[in-house]
Amino acid sequence: MKHTPLYQAHVDAGGKMVDFGGWEMPLNYGSQIEEHHQVRTDVGMFDVSHMTVVDFKGIEAKAFLQTLIANDVDKLKTEGKALYSCMLNETGGVVDDLIVYYLNEQDYRMVINAGTTEKDIAWINAQADGFDVSVEPKFDLAMIAVQGPNAREKVFAAMSGVEEVAGELKPFNAASLGGLFIARTGYTGEDGFEIMLPEKSAEFTWKMLLEAGVKPCGLGARDTLRLEAGMSLYGSEMNDEVSPLEAALTWTIDLTNEDRNFVGRNALEALRDEGVKKTIVGLILEGKGVIRDHQKVVTSVGDGEVTSGSFSPTMGKAIALARVPMGATGSCEIEMRNKLVSAKIVKPPFVRNGKVLV
Amino acid sequence: MSEVRDDRQYTETHEWILDNGDGTYTMGVTDHAQALLGDMVFVELPGAGDEASQEDEFCVVESVKAASGVYAPADLEVVEANEELDGEPELVNSSCYDDGWLVKFKADGIEGLMSAEDYADTLD
Repeated sequence: MKHTPLYQAHVDAGGKMVDFGGWEMPLNYGSQIEEHHQVRTDVGMFDVSHMTVVDFKGIEAKAFLQTLIANDVDKLKTEGKALYSCMLNETGGVVDDLIVYYLNEQDYRMVINAGTTEKDIAWINAQADGFDVSVEPKFDLAMIAVQGPNAREKVFAAMSGVEEVAGELKPFNAASLGGLFIARTGYTGEDGFEIMLPEKSAEFTWKMLLEAGVKPCGLGARDTLRLEAGMSLYGSEMNDEVSPLEAALTWTIDLTNEDRNFVGRNALEALRDEGVKKTIVGLILEGKGVIRDHQKVVTSVGDGEVTSGSFSPTMGKAIALARVPMGATGSCEIEMRNKLVSAKIVKPPFVRNGKVLV
Repeated sequence: MSEVRDDRQYTETHEWILDNGDGTYTMGVTDHAQALLGDMVFVELPGAGDEASQEDEFCVVESVKAASGVYAPADLEVVEANEELDGEPELVNSSCYDDGWLVKFKADGIEGLMSAEDYADTLD
């Protein structure tokens, strides 16, 4: 099993370690729910070093990314600006979702998912054939996500010099400081930073953050936080066979520049012209119980399926994301353990910046 | 290490059963089971007077992570369900052998349970 540079720190902190796509990672450090509330009300940190940073350099770096991903990197004009996108296969399915950061026209940084890294890098290398671009996975970088309303204050207290370079950063922007790359991004619906740093500095930085009062949080809380925030998860809301048009990710696709012939564009346009039949909605269970992945959803316009179901610690109710026929609204029923139970269809996100929105 | 108490018996499906000595039994899930399931968010219990046959799934404990059925260890009639769990399902995590009990039931004896020692051996 693979370990991040923070493995020992997790074990020392009582982390309950589980196999997460070949990585031994902390599910929680005692209580997933306490960790969840910690992030919503104060600040928590996650080891996300298993995710992979890939740098793209060269005179055709930009031209390459314009064909590789479905969003348009031409939107990125200032150093550190970030863009969320999917990279698609020829049939318009999602190879992975990612964030790309602009450094300059010949230098971009991308963060891809852990479980898809091998597949992604093979895919990227295959697409890069014929472009003057170097594709450089940075396996020696660790990544710590510090999230919560007090994340900025605590990061500035723990890490000297960061406030000077990142104090004025707007959301979805990043700054460099020595070997650190500090992005005001996250996956919880709260403010915070994702900090990329050399693996040798990871344990020291983790300890400094601990001393500043940032509590470690595991993958369990990360999942309920992202679900409340209505954010898509690769492998759940999207995969190689699902179009972003059917994953509520239409906003991440840019078809404006007709000359930009990115991989999957033809398939996307064909699906759009023929009519998109499914989308992702939010569900709130009316009664008691917990919604689980893959449960059947019965709506007035046809059946769908839960893509991510769990319990919302912030709302004290079961919530879910589900792929349902386009046009499903109002109430629906979920098949739970051979019973049909009532749920309400809502528009995600459920929670943002500590507030319940549905 | 999971706690296993000597004063009660156990099932392969990680329930504990305490003989109250008056024809009634108290039942819950073990420390091992609650740790495995994680934060409990909902417990679905039968009502007093409900009957269940041996091996019926007659309670459900749901954590953030998973739903888990609780099985009747004998043909039984429920005497009392732990109503505290309605508002505080987390008692199953914090006190699985005491305040976090699930149901009390009547039965004409129970067979085929494991001793504390045998159950502890299965956890190694």
